Amino acid sequence: MTNHWVDIRNANLILSMGGNSAEAHPVGFRWVTEAIEHNKAELITIDPRFTRTGAVAQDKAFIRTGTDIAFLGGLISYLIETDQIQREYVLNYTDAALIVREDYGFEDGLFSGYDEQTRSYEKESWMYEMGEDGFVRRDESLQDPRCVYQLLREHFARYTPDMVSSITGIPLDAIQRIWKKIAAMAVPDKTMTILYALGWTQHSIGSQIIRTAAMVQLLLGNMGMPGGGVNALRGHSNIQGLTDLGLLSQLLPGYMTLANAKEQDYDAYIDKRTKQPTVEGQVSYWKNYEKFHVSLMKSWYGDAANEGNNWCFDWLPKLERPLYDILDTFERMSKGELNGYFCQGFNPLASFPNRSKVTKALSSLKYLVVMDPLNTETSEFWKNYGEYNDVDSSQIDTEVFRLPTCCFAEDEGSIVNSARWLQWHWAAAPPPGDSRPDTRIMGELFLKLKQLYQDEGGVFADPILNLTWDYRIPADPKADELAREFNGRALEDLTDEQGNVTRRAGEQLAGFAELTSDGKTASGCWIFSGCWTEAGNQMANRDNSDPYGTGNTLGWAWAWPMNRRILYNRASADVEGRPWGPDKAFVWWDSEQGAWVGADVPDFPTNSAPSQGQMPFIMQPEGVGHLFAGQSMVDGPFPEHYEPFESPVPQNLLHPGKKKARNNPAARIFDADREDLGTPEEFPHAATTYRLTEHFHFWTKHAELNAIVQPQQFVEIGEALANEIGIAAGDWVKVSSKRGFIKAVAVVTKRLRPMMIGDQQVHHVGIPLHWGFTGVAKKGYLVNALTPFVGDANTQTPEYKSFTVRVEKA
Amino acid sequence: MSINVTRRQFFKLGGAGLASSSLAMMGFAPEPAEASIRQFKLTHAKETRNTCTYCSVGCGILIYSKGDGSKNVEQNVFHIEGDPDHPVSRGSLCPKGAGLLDFVHSKGRLEYPQVREAGSSEWTRITWDDALNRIARHMKDDRDANFVQRTAQGETVNHWTTTGFLAASGSSNESGYITHKVVRNLGMVAFDNQARV
Repeated sequence: MTNHWVDIRNANLILSMGGNSAEAHPVGFRWVTEAIEHNKAELITIDPRFTRTGAVAQDKAFIRTGTDIAFLGGLISYLIETDQIQREYVLNYTDAALIVREDYGFEDGLFSGYDEQTRSYEKESWMYEMGEDGFVRRDESLQDPRCVYQLLREHFARYTPDMVSSITGIPLDAIQRIWKKIAAMAVPDKTMTILYALGWTQHSIGSQIIRTAAMVQLLLGNMGMPGGGVNALRGHSNIQGLTDLGLLSQLLPGYMTLANAKEQDYDAYIDKRTKQPTVEGQVSYWKNYEKFHVSLMKSWYGDAANEGNNWCFDWLPKLERPLYDILDTFERMSKGELNGYFCQGFNPLASFPNRSKVTKALSSLKYLVVMDPLNTETSEFWKNYGEYNDVDSSQIDTEVFRLPTCCFAEDEGSIVNSARWLQWHWAAAPPPGDSRPDTRIMGELFLKLKQLYQDEGGVFADPILNLTWDYRIPADPKADELAREFNGRALEDLTDEQGNVTRRAGEQLAGFAELTSDGKTASGCWIFSGCWTEAGNQMANRDNSDPYGTGNTLGWAWAWPMNRRILYNRASADVEGRPWGPDKAFVWWDSEQGAWVGADVPDFPTNSAPSQGQMPFIMQPEGVGHLFAGQSMVDGPFPEHYEPFESPVPQNLLHPGKKKARNNPAARIFDADREDLGTPEEFPHAATTYRLTEHFHFWTKHAELNAIVQPQQFVEIGEALANEIGIAAGDWVKVSSKRGFIKAVAVVTKRLRPMMIGDQQVHHVGIPLHWGFTGVAKKGYLVNALTPFVGDANTQTPEYKSFTVRVEKA
Repeated sequence: MSINVTRRQFFKLGGAGLASSSLAMMGFAPEPAEASIRQFKLTHAKETRNTCTYCSVGCGILIYSKGDGSKNVEQNVFHIEGDPDHPVSRGSLCPKGAGLLDFVHSKGRLEYPQVREAGSSEWTRITWDDALNRIARHMKDDRDANFVQRTAQGETVNHWTTTGFLAASGSSNESGYITHKVVRNLGMVAFDNQARV
């Protein structure tokens, strides 16, 4: 979230799309109802289904799954053509006025630089044009045909209300009514917040859907504002934390990135990531990249990392492909290219797409290690459970180790909620039996490996033998030691420009501003720096006071970065530093103090006066929000609607007859998986998977109360489809895709209605996903038997939300 | 909004499990009855602050456990409820969170390390030492055999692609950090967590 849960109460309008927070985040959703009741806010939901969130919404529309860019792109065009934008904000805080290179273009659904062979773009032309002074050229009038604003206008001009209606299935009157309500938020003192979840991420165009939302918010002047923002509600309790800590194939902690194989030179590697301002005088905070990087290397390698060996640059693995994501890994595994695999609190047999492919892949491993509090399906993928897991154990040679771990109640540490709050928790009891915390398992396993390398030697042991490991009990590192390590400390005395000592060697750092690139500081995750200072564990803070009445409780837990609760909050004030309106006062310039003050920690240099002209988006080299994504996305600097890889609609209505532009042209799909896509004739029904309020993923079917209230697997189908195929409520149905099938009880409902797409009627099928073959609920089919093995072009998040099936009586 | 429930009816409702606990959490419980029950149940209990383990709203919870603190007496968790001081959740829990106690005490909890040998159809219990020794052996053998120091083009890559790792976004930052530190320094790149999906 750019903002936070309680801040939702400050919104004047709430747009819920790609999520169903009343069902999946019920307690967070209280702040939506708070905004409705006490801030006279309206809630608008746009979803394929009539959801629990929609049930309390003041306005709603039903959208065909996977067509959100069409709706939002049309909205952008409407805002521009009717001149309902927050003009002062757009002109100063976005890149609307910046000029784009002449050779950037878009034709027949493809951006300039497309290579069909590699299904990727050469992004050279996706750039601003640089002036002779070395900074980006701009046109304050927004009239230059090559300025971002005019290019944006031209790009989305095709998204007329009629076009949007025919792609999304939303009736024209609903589209126009909702656009009008959203456009009313363009005035400076009103804000809309956008809430989304996996209903936006799990598409082959997922990242671009979210970008489109962010662009809408920039045009409305809603970023950095209380009651505004683009808010990812997120799933697991610490999914934000593990992302922040970089446990993803291409990342290092704090959103730093590993080198690719071509990046052999340390200085060039750092230079590329050190973003210098491209508009004069801007903050461009990534210009400090090397400080963050060197501090990480010092944290991991201690004295072994020094300037002479480029801080052990070669000890970090380099990437030979863009991502080693889970789809890539299971593709390789299914071909026998992996020998070992670890599943720490992760159940891929249940949660990865195309279950039969996942079973095949796991069966080809030599060893599989499962660390989990529960007996997951993955740990028993080799065991026959009849129709629910029809395998022959004797034919599977994978050695499987299952290690019992502690759950939340038995372990100490911090987790990060979706509002970036690091909240500390304590252990209430010992774990059952011989279970152990993950920290101890990783510690012991590492020490055993290190011993083997010391005793036997082995390939490239340097990073193993030199990894810092000065924990009190080496085999059992404790949470407080690890938290202090990622916060960071001074390794030598730090001094200011006058030579005064500002931090003694050995002291905890107060924040990332103290980090240096000369090896004098260590920090395992720069964005978490400030969480455990000389003043102690900030994450354990427990003061819930709200002195400004904005819902901002700075004394409760600790948020990254530097306890700032709303990102880019300098944008909550105008160019002169004054709040946009009395109800939206949040962070403002106090000329007497010569500082930014207010309800939040300013996400901005504290003493940078408005007259200095520094702009709010301090992580961007231009200091402004990007309507034009430049080279940061793989599939285009502007979003474009493409159909899901499996769609009931045979062509992209924006590009009829253009086969290359039916699906995201830059999304990767492996050959065998393309063969595994169904046709609309064979599999005519649009399907989408989702979660229920009584269950959490595949965990709570192991908890008795949850199993009692929601015991049995079902699928939802609309009355019209039920009539068409002769299904009554309570009948067993078989739902099939090209890749597999499930059987479940049919819930026939008014919550799903057929939609008209062009002259074609489309039915949706709703598939909740919580059942499997272990646990105390009734056994059920793993729904990912159905889903396609293709992901978002940027993140490779699988397209679980839009695929096609055929429903029939079982 | 209020629902009038006598103390006797409230106990009766208790048999319905989650339904009644949700009602109680939403403030529909008869206050005197609720207070007297709580006082009885929670006297002598140890209260521990924690955060709900399910979604990422991050609701505050209070875990109550029994055990008198003696060295050979273990705490036993017997009640979990919302933390009323928490600025987001203000003491409430959703239908998922209201069942947290049953997750802690689930029949599906694993208790000791096990191995399933190649081709076998059953688990065998093993010691932690045996399990970790065998896993470390597998890892080292695979790493030494397949670690790539240089590509065919002569580029230094120092990576290990034949063993992969999925990390847990239900685990703590501290667990995530030590996992990243170990996994990356073995050279692994096929490394993801639930944020990927």
